[in-house]
Amino acid sequence: MVSQVSLTGGAKSMSLIVTKGTLDWAYPPFILATTAAAMGLNVSMFFTFYGLPLLLKDLDLKLSPLGNPAMKMPVMGAQMGMPNLVSLIPGVEAAASKMMKNLMAKKGVASIPELRALAIEADVRMIACQMTMDLFEYTLDDMIEGPELGGAATYIEVATQSDINLFI
Amino acid sequence: MADQLLDATGLNCPLPILKAKKALKDVPPGGTLEILATDPGSVADFQAFCRITGNELLEHGEQGGVYRFVLKKTA
Repeated sequence: MVSQVSLTGGAKSMSLIVTKGTLDWAYPPFILATTAAAMGLNVSMFFTFYGLPLLLKDLDLKLSPLGNPAMKMPVMGAQMGMPNLVSLIPGVEAAASKMMKNLMAKKGVASIPELRALAIEADVRMIACQMTMDLFEYTLDDMIEGPELGGAATYIEVATQSDINLFI
Repeated sequence: MADQLLDATGLNCPLPILKAKKALKDVPPGGTLEILATDPGSVADFQAFCRITGNELLEHGEQGGVYRFVLKKTA
């Protein structure tokens, strides 16, 4: 058995810096945070820049096929990408986002609101970047219950006490 | 017969692990939890989950595309 005790004595711990808020990029931090918490780690997430809106009460996440040649979706047995010129057409981004959400539901992939709720339930510590709150003019009232406010020094303190630190 | 049964079929990563963790709360110490899953990734994941959490993976196998795990709550 791998020891679950960290070198600092307590349970192992992990921190994540969450910088991206599109539908696709929202997955890695929430999947890893919830799984690590389920495996007994103390988990902290620091939401900054475009990652910060992932804490908003109302989530309507979108992804963009524009400039993303790696994004392909299975359509009738083939892997379909989207040329940039097509992605530029109004409504295409919303349609692609809807397609991805449908695909995820079909494949039994959890939604981001579901994973976020599970993270909160598992006592994942969430820190909202104060500077980004000011920059984009958000208040804590816009956010779900639970996140605390903090800055770079708050995160660095968390990182110095964590066994795993990830930037996503 | 395990003390608890968790049907995680049709669910994808990381839901089988998250639901198993929740289900373990209702299992008495030393008791067992049987999990059914269809996510092929769950085979490696339940082994890693048990190594890290200290719970014991008593059995794991596959039949007709359904993976079956029996965990003993030892942590």
